[in-house]
Amino acid sequence: MVSFIGRRLCQALFVLLIISVVSFVIQDNLGDPVRQMVGQSVSLQERAALQQELGLNDPLLQQYGRFLMGALQGDLGMSYYYKQPTLDVIVSRLPATLELSFCALLLVIILATPLGVIAAIHPKSLLSRAVLFISTLGLSIPIFIVAVFLMYFFAIEWRVLPSFGRGETTSFLGLWQTGLFNKDGLRHLLLPSFSLAFVLTPIFIRLIRAEMQDVLQSDFIRYAWSKGISAPRIYFLHALKNTMLPVITVGGIQAGTLVAYTILTESIFQWPGMGLLFMEAVTRVDVPLISAYLMVVGVIFVVTNTLVDVVYSMVNPRVRIPGYSA
Amino acid sequence: MSLLSVNGLSVKFRQRHQDLVALHDVSFSLDRGERIAIVGESGAGKSVLGYALVNLLMKPGYIDAGSVQFDGRELTKLSPKQWQGIRGKKIAMIFQDPMVTLNPVLTIGAQMIEAIRSHTRIAYKDARKLAIEKLAHVRISAPSQRFDQFPHELSGGMRQRVIIAIALLLNPEIIIAIALLLNPEIIIADEPTTALDVTIQAEILQLLKQICADNGVALILITHDFGVVSRIAERTFVMYAGRIVEQGPTLEIINDPQHPYTQGLLNALPQMALPGQRLNQIKGNMPPLNDQPSGCAFHPRCPYAEERCRQSPPGFVFSGVSTVACYVVEDMLSEFSQYDGGDSYE
Repeated sequence: MVSFIGRRLCQALFVLLIISVVSFVIQDNLGDPVRQMVGQSVSLQERAALQQELGLNDPLLQQYGRFLMGALQGDLGMSYYYKQPTLDVIVSRLPATLELSFCALLLVIILATPLGVIAAIHPKSLLSRAVLFISTLGLSIPIFIVAVFLMYFFAIEWRVLPSFGRGETTSFLGLWQTGLFNKDGLRHLLLPSFSLAFVLTPIFIRLIRAEMQDVLQSDFIRYAWSKGISAPRIYFLHALKNTMLPVITVGGIQAGTLVAYTILTESIFQWPGMGLLFMEAVTRVDVPLISAYLMVVGVIFVVTNTLVDVVYSMVNPRVRIPGYSA
Repeated sequence: MSLLSVNGLSVKFRQRHQDLVALHDVSFSLDRGERIAIVGESGAGKSVLGYALVNLLMKPGYIDAGSVQFDGRELTKLSPKQWQGIRGKKIAMIFQDPMVTLNPVLTIGAQMIEAIRSHTRIAYKDARKLAIEKLAHVRISAPSQRFDQFPHELSGGMRQRVIIAIALLLNPEIIIAIALLLNPEIIIADEPTTALDVTIQAEILQLLKQICADNGVALILITHDFGVVSRIAERTFVMYAGRIVEQGPTLEIINDPQHPYTQGLLNALPQMALPGQRLNQIKGNMPPLNDQPSGCAFHPRCPYAEERCRQSPPGFVFSGVSTVACYVVEDMLSEFSQYDGGDSYE
């Protein structure tokens, strides 16, 4: 287990190194941060002084080295706009995004698993045909259209759900501002998480259906029937557990992309999370914040992939992480 | 009354234009505690027959006609729920390849317990005890340890023993206190030893035979290997292209095969060829389902084929040794009977 974590850590560092290079290479093309920070009335001398103070006149490599040294000590720089350490700014927005992604993923699992299983067991039934048709539609409609439609009907036409923001939040252990424990927060969560789930659900339905159909053809399923055990047990234990092996692998990667989709969702619903923060940072040319965001997302990716590997090894007894016993 | 009687069983595979016939009018019966073998090349319809008996044909296969009576009960008309009570409890199955028969993500124990608890109301603790006893019964070492292991941690021979143990789980000797009914009365074994090497094969066969004999369990052994048949079965049915072509006591069939196909199969055994000599294969291949020859399906490969073999399929005749469907055998028999009649002394 230790060596597994160690290997993952090295991998993470390598990924972060590449991300940091990329974010620094693009910064020259993002416009002038000084112009964004100061007003019209500031003189050229003052601008030059500020530029010097921020270190923007130093060679790129030197700036990068400075950033890297800071990053190693947990300092990802100061946000030009917030005048706060970027990491603090991002961490304050992290709960909103994680809650949104978590709820979306939960919705995906709750919706896709039974629908995919039904579509695999009864491929010719009306229900599975309908499910497949709708999932094809879902695959081809971009998230911003889905989100706008949902908002139009639920928030504007029928006025049953709020259209933007996170609503009321409560503090959880003083560390985490959560919207999960009160009604208003949950109501605000519904539309954004549903639109986010809408992207991934069709992919998962199709994936589960295809894998399950494959598994249902295998000898051990026929053998299970020959033992006289019940149909639900065969479908939902014998077949589904085997179906989940490839689904977990693909699902893990997709869960990572969910974080990317939060940028769109959060912008549409004005959800005060990391995605919205990133969009604002881009328009404000807040380069340290952009870099820090990219680094944090990189960490999230590596962490989810590691979690996926651990979950996979728990479901599949043939794969055991060395030194780790379930 | 026989335990299982199959009458005129036909199985077809649904196709767009015309359904393909996989089993033609198959009839046989099986007595309590009897061991029979069904022999033929790949594609003869042996496995289809096995699956049809327990209604586990894969789509698009279906039973087109005929009846399967088990202990006086018609099986072809049972509901899925009723089938659940038959499978595993009355008729257990052992599959061909132990490497792919057990579910890879469930422990041996879980797969044994579910078989017991699907058919009987019994506490987990007692079911576990019973399962471990059965594992020991099929001579698996350290059975309580194996119980918690996954299939991939066991060898092929061990896995097949596990599967035999599962087939035997509901045996009255051990759970007689719960219900006497729960004894599997028939075991259908589909090529149980093909995927194993020869020494393991012999062990497993010995085990299977002994267990059936000890418990009065009837056995239907499906195989392509006459070597296996001779060791285990009392009666043998030879199948070709979905039909039974010869049937009779195993010893008689092996010593004096009547049907040209049975002769060909026995001739093809490695021990029939001298060292260094080519094996005596039957020339040609089993015809595919969508291209069945007219008349006797074996005629394109038969060394004795005549015009009438192409016209219509032969009926069964009793040769004095076995029951055979072949014109040539029929002719020989009638010649003999003329000879016996004494007319040829003139």
